[in-house]
Amino acid sequence: MDVPHPTFAAGRHSPRLSRRTLLQAAGGLGLAGGLAGCSTLSAGIAGTEVAPGTVQFWNLFSGGDGARLQTMLDDYTKKHGTAALEAATFAWGNPYYTKVSLATLGGHPPDVAVSHLTRAQNLARGGLLSEITDDMLAMVGLSADDFTESVWEQGKVDGKVYALPLDIHPFVLYYNIDVCQAAGVMDGDNMKPIQGLEQWESTLTAIKEETGEFALAVPTIADNATCWRWFYTLYSQHEGATPFLSDGGKELTWNEDIALKVLEHMQKWTTSGLMPKNADYAGAQTMMFTGRSGLYMMGGWEITTAQSVKDLKFGMTAIPQIFDKKAAQCDSHVFILPTMDRSAERTQRAMEFVKEMLDQSLAWAAGGHIPTFTRALDSQEFRDLKPQNNYAEVIDYVVFTPPAWYSGSGSTFENIIGAQIGLVAQDLATPKEGLDQARSQLEVYARTADPLATGEQS
Amino acid sequence: MSTAPTNATGPSVDSRVEGRADATDLDRRRASRDVAIRPGTKHEARAGWMFLLPFAIVYVLFLIWPVIYMFISSMFNTSLVETGLGSFAGFDNYREMLTKEEFWKSLWNTLVFTAFTVPPLVILAFVLAVLANRVRRGQWFFRLAFFVPFILPSAAIALIWNFIFTPGTGLWNSLQSALGNESPSPVLGTPSLAMLGVAVTTVWWTIGFNFVLYLAGLQDIPRELYEAAAVDGASQWQQIKSITIPLLGPTTSLVILLQIIASLKIFDQVYLMTGGGPGLSTQVVLGLVTNTAFTDYRVGAASAASVLLFIVIVVVALLRQAMEWFSARRAD
Repeated sequence: MDVPHPTFAAGRHSPRLSRRTLLQAAGGLGLAGGLAGCSTLSAGIAGTEVAPGTVQFWNLFSGGDGARLQTMLDDYTKKHGTAALEAATFAWGNPYYTKVSLATLGGHPPDVAVSHLTRAQNLARGGLLSEITDDMLAMVGLSADDFTESVWEQGKVDGKVYALPLDIHPFVLYYNIDVCQAAGVMDGDNMKPIQGLEQWESTLTAIKEETGEFALAVPTIADNATCWRWFYTLYSQHEGATPFLSDGGKELTWNEDIALKVLEHMQKWTTSGLMPKNADYAGAQTMMFTGRSGLYMMGGWEITTAQSVKDLKFGMTAIPQIFDKKAAQCDSHVFILPTMDRSAERTQRAMEFVKEMLDQSLAWAAGGHIPTFTRALDSQEFRDLKPQNNYAEVIDYVVFTPPAWYSGSGSTFENIIGAQIGLVAQDLATPKEGLDQARSQLEVYARTADPLATGEQS
Repeated sequence: MSTAPTNATGPSVDSRVEGRADATDLDRRRASRDVAIRPGTKHEARAGWMFLLPFAIVYVLFLIWPVIYMFISSMFNTSLVETGLGSFAGFDNYREMLTKEEFWKSLWNTLVFTAFTVPPLVILAFVLAVLANRVRRGQWFFRLAFFVPFILPSAAIALIWNFIFTPGTGLWNSLQSALGNESPSPVLGTPSLAMLGVAVTTVWWTIGFNFVLYLAGLQDIPRELYEAAAVDGASQWQQIKSITIPLLGPTTSLVILLQIIASLKIFDQVYLMTGGGPGLSTQVVLGLVTNTAFTDYRVGAASAASVLLFIVIVVVALLRQAMEWFSARRAD
């Protein structure tokens, strides 16, 4: 750039920056930065608490859940002061669990974190979680009886407790009341009961005739988790649906015939136009919100988004029994205490925080979740909570994503199989091709020695 | 190549790559004089090392050592949740990677991405630089316009292009719908289109860097050459062909090398835009490495994949170097 250009020469009128001014400025900046970062930095180097007396809390709640959690956290800070809590929210799925794992291995985990039950088991097996003993529960007046038994038992690894469940969040059906009323599939504010494939398809057809576009919207693009939730719900509704994975993921044991049959149905519904072939997470819910589709399926948490849509009248209910028996995919949000050297005082603080969150289970339930804290679940307030009481029964027949070191919510397993289910629903792969592709990828994981097994002894 | 010394005196990017085979006598004499006047006492050598030390420590700790560790742990069943290297695995990790469909698919995708991005990023950058260089008034605007995307972080780029590619309501699909396509394919949701979508994003994002390198090269070409050519009756196209392109040769070879290496290291855009999907259709080697090490906790296996990518990059760089060497020989 030998040729001076007008733009580059613009600086010639400005006073020249001397070396001294530059150094002074840099020193000032460095000092300011040093003061601000000092406590964190020194705590980091010395390995001490960043802010003594503060509970550090990590979670994965965004959207409606995030807003609801914030009110619960505000309640906590109102009682204990803003300095008592440092909460951080991260994007969910594999990246979140990577952060929790690396922070724990690096010796600086949060005091308390949220996890999915299906992921907490793996974290515990990797030696990344502190056991929660009866004594610790007793510190804040809790015991095993305070939690729904089925979920409590699921959270155990080798008979030890590592997870305190907050909720169960099943995959549910949302309906646009105006559309469904016009389609004649409503009985008052609830949908007419649907049982069996025939009724299901005739309901969808009636709704499609009303909307002129789709009957039911479920994401097919860039949402592996939901593709899996939908597929696994249908798979589990079959008699003879064998466990999808066995022996901690070493064996792929799904019933090939049922899996293919389910995929064929899913593809038939999208290619016949009852469901959209191409919809992403936001796109699918918008279709129901705007009446382009009468139904929509997602975890209960989207209730908050739906409530924020002006003039939308909607309801929620359990996914109907389309095949042989009732089933709905679900997971559970739990509190975990990552492994670290905790003083008794610090443990007490962490447990108190969890207890106060559990005490607000009803506020959490308003966000579409089913509480697993029995005091909330059995309360009259929850029984009266609409539309949650429409689907609270699913707690008796929910199915969790099968356990394996590469499995759980938002895991590699869900990404692999969910991607293929999505491609089948998009009509870009045949059911056979999709399932074969998933199998060949999963076989590599099934064959690989469990990298967490070694952590079990520690 | 043989014309390169004409602009060797200018402080330009070119001077880093040119002038090996054809260093003039003058250069050689200057070099020997430099050696002769270098004091080279022990004391000064020590001072030199001291100056180097702060950088050297960081370099060894954060670059050399991790690379060595990568080679070592690739031979062990190293787990993230365990201290130490774990049990000895020999070449099992390599065997696993070399027989795994996901690895070959990622490697293929990485090469496809490189093939999709290098030609447009070199040719388009050249064309845009030539055009921008001809603009008499308001050239700053074009320079700014082409360079601005480059300074945006990858997360911002991913948001912008995810919005453009949103199925149904996004800019691109809306445009197709407006033009009469009933159900346009979602770019990032269709296996055959997803990598193209990522490539387009990358071209838009990073073209500014190559553009600036070319522009700098162009401004180093003396105007007299064009004037002389014009006097001899050379057309615009002949001027570009016989003056601009040959004189930009060193810049082009630098741009191509940097671009190939950058493209082989693709990670951010894929991670943020598609997460490797749909299926494995955009999974790239660095994505596979990250997943294996930090999601699957298998540092050993991930190290083996890294070593394999390392080998591929070295081979590609050597191949390109060899090609240049041959073409230089032929030119002589």
